[in-house]
Amino acid sequence: TADNEYCFHHLPKLTGDHGTYNTVMRMLEDGVEGYFVMGENPAVGSAHGRMQRLGMSHLKWMVVRDFQLIESATWWKDGPEIRSGELRTEDIETEVFFFPAASHVEKDGTFTQTQRMLQWHHKAVDPPGDARSELHFMWHLGNTIRRRLAGSTEERDRPLLDLTWDYQSDEPNPLDEPSADKVLREINGWKITESGGQGELLNSYTEMKADGSTTGGCWIYTGVYAGGVNQSARRKPGQEQSWVAPEWGWAWPSNRRIIYNRASADPEGRPWSERKAYVWWDEESGSWTGHDVPDFQATKRPDFRPEPGTSGPDGIAGDDPFIMQADGKGWLYVPTGLLDGPMPAHYEPQESPFRNAVYGQQSNPTRQVFKRKDNLQNPSDGDPGAETYPYVFTTYRLTEHHTAGGMSRWLPYLSELQPQFFCEVSPELAAERGLANGGWATIVTARTAVEARVLVTDRMRPLTVDGRTVHQVGLPYHWGQGGQGAVVDGDSANDLLGITLDPNVHIQESKAATCDIRPGRRPAGNAVRPFVEDYISRAGITVETSNELRTTEGGQQ
Amino acid sequence: MNRNSLFGPLDPAADAGWDEAPKRKGFLTDTSVCIGCKACEVACKEWNAIPADFSDGITGNSYDNSESLGASTWRHVAFIEQTATPRGSTVELGMPGVRPGLEGVGSGAAGEGEVGEQDGEKPDFRWLMSSDVCKHCTHAACLDVCPTGSLFRTEFGTVVVQDDICNGCGYCVPACPYGVIERRTGDEGTKNVGIAQKCTLCYDRLGAGKTPACAQACPTESIMFGDVDELRERGRARVQELQDRGIDTARMYGDDPEDGVGGAGAMFLLLDEPEVYGLPPDPVVTTRDLPEMWKRAGMAAAGLLAGAALSFLGGRS
Repeated sequence: TADNEYCFHHLPKLTGDHGTYNTVMRMLEDGVEGYFVMGENPAVGSAHGRMQRLGMSHLKWMVVRDFQLIESATWWKDGPEIRSGELRTEDIETEVFFFPAASHVEKDGTFTQTQRMLQWHHKAVDPPGDARSELHFMWHLGNTIRRRLAGSTEERDRPLLDLTWDYQSDEPNPLDEPSADKVLREINGWKITESGGQGELLNSYTEMKADGSTTGGCWIYTGVYAGGVNQSARRKPGQEQSWVAPEWGWAWPSNRRIIYNRASADPEGRPWSERKAYVWWDEESGSWTGHDVPDFQATKRPDFRPEPGTSGPDGIAGDDPFIMQADGKGWLYVPTGLLDGPMPAHYEPQESPFRNAVYGQQSNPTRQVFKRKDNLQNPSDGDPGAETYPYVFTTYRLTEHHTAGGMSRWLPYLSELQPQFFCEVSPELAAERGLANGGWATIVTARTAVEARVLVTDRMRPLTVDGRTVHQVGLPYHWGQGGQGAVVDGDSANDLLGITLDPNVHIQESKAATCDIRPGRRPAGNAVRPFVEDYISRAGITVETSNELRTTEGGQQ
Repeated sequence: MNRNSLFGPLDPAADAGWDEAPKRKGFLTDTSVCIGCKACEVACKEWNAIPADFSDGITGNSYDNSESLGASTWRHVAFIEQTATPRGSTVELGMPGVRPGLEGVGSGAAGEGEVGEQDGEKPDFRWLMSSDVCKHCTHAACLDVCPTGSLFRTEFGTVVVQDDICNGCGYCVPACPYGVIERRTGDEGTKNVGIAQKCTLCYDRLGAGKTPACAQACPTESIMFGDVDELRERGRARVQELQDRGIDTARMYGDDPEDGVGGAGAMFLLLDEPEVYGLPPDPVVTTRDLPEMWKRAGMAAAGLLAGAALSFLGGRS
């Protein structure tokens, strides 16, 4: 009701930096009790694997949901820190729960891809054994918690107790799977009946009211259940409709397939060409029309010019297609709101063998650095010790594997195609460091050392920069140590990376860093940490190394 | 029997006794559009339930860890890294076609997307990718030497092993001029251990009116399935198109009915000499020389008889 502000304050709010890397560092300070890891494998895929796994060892509990026992679920008994002796299984207090997950063919739901299109997928088979969908897990977990809290008078329990969470399936099913269809309807939204129940489904977000008479989960999705029909489940073949194919699935918002599509017509409202005709002004009907839902006020004439001082949508002219911007124009950059901007500039990566050739400022001065003993950085060009890690490396993917390996390293037909973690080096680097094709190499940074088979290839080329030659090491990142039942294993390339983040969205720098590479396998067991520490002391690394934010002369700190 | 039953151009299904056989079916693999994704390898294994066969880690041979066709690899993607001026310390053996000459690479980097650059700049590197498969020869040596009749010619003109008849004798293995067929090794529980296994051109899928699994899966249509006559024309036209664009090393392989196996049911469009891809340049069916061998054996037998008769006629005392 209006009195309780429609329970808006029950919704969780941002209270700080909730980025994943900041959260892992808080784990190390015992500031995080629990962790849900669903469908990802941060022990392998995230930067600084060692910090990820050590962070997990500080948790009180964690839940891992996946098809397989990935490394993020088994680090406590077979991860690299167990092998090196840094952690002992019997000393780890984290309680790890593993829930096998249902695959997309074993549950109902939608996919939304980068075209903003939702496609419903139908459950084809029951999930095997104990595997269940995310929906099943979250719904039953929520219900269990609500039952435990029933009768509580604590204010902090109100958000959970006041929740309406009716997703019970109307069809009896032995797995007690909730109804994904009901979730989709709720996201779409409906009119609330006199008795407070579920009324007519909304057809468009324009039907939403600010008076408590409607409800909806997310306004951009309103319309996915227009007319009481699951629009995302539509499958009219392309040959039976226009080339835009608006009746296959449903795109948010309003099934608009290309947003800002008024721009497909010239200032007078005519298509730029017959071939490119998409949305245009129809003088006869006095409205916009075309192959797609026009992304413009329907009856606004192309020659409409607002009175100066008009605000809101009526302040946008008839030839300004970018209606989500206050002035209706397309913007190349935003003047405010970014910590790093507005225009890109050339900065060297956090760890670089070269001075910035363009500016006196070496690296991005707004980047987030973490000056910690467990996050030491390699020295960059000009710093003492830079020659200790003289090569650059980058991480990338192979066709045969999928991200952190959870969906490929457990499959024999994919794993046999690329069975081992390997590094790619040029013949020149191989000669310089004594690496043999098919042999072993150890790659080392201030974070850790990993071993990989060697592939010598002309595809890797030495870089000549500023009159010097620097060699590159290529590292596909799909392997992990540990994990149960994997067909192939290997060291994780991302363990080499430290944590330095961009200031806007806290994304790690994982594509350019420095390293050393030597022939032979990595020291095993508890010899690996002393090996890494020896490099660090030879390079003279401190928590300040490469972490200076302002490097221009006379700049303020 | 046809005059060409052992060698020379032939319609293999008719020669094998099929009346009113459908048009001969086969593959054209256009390696100029292969992207090395190995979907063909995976699709083949999935459809035919072929066991995984791990080598001992990576092979060190570019991105090719399947090594070669065999009993448990019926589609094999080869990766050949070609540098005009190799920077490694490779020993010069003077072998043909291992590296393209400056005139061999052509003025466009075929397989890397940008073709037809006529400005004279030749790329110094090519990464060739090719999906190899059983050739389903017109004259199939494996079929000719099989003592049990396990290997047979289907109505589609393809060559298939009946795994419940094969006794694992292994005669077919050295007979094949391409080294395709092999006997499966593995643990006791593995399917068809000891049995000769190779590509069936998805005989079970053809019978249901479907395309072979590899052709179905190939995302670039590098692997094309269809009537051999039509594929042959399509491949030759594509070779002409590539040569017109400056890729003068483009060529067909296995398309000539006059060649040593009577032409293949699985043809290839290559961008270099066959040896570069690990293919024999002049494969010959082992039974080609059979008539000549019998003639010589006959002459030798006659000579032996004559000699024996002479030795009895003379010197009777």
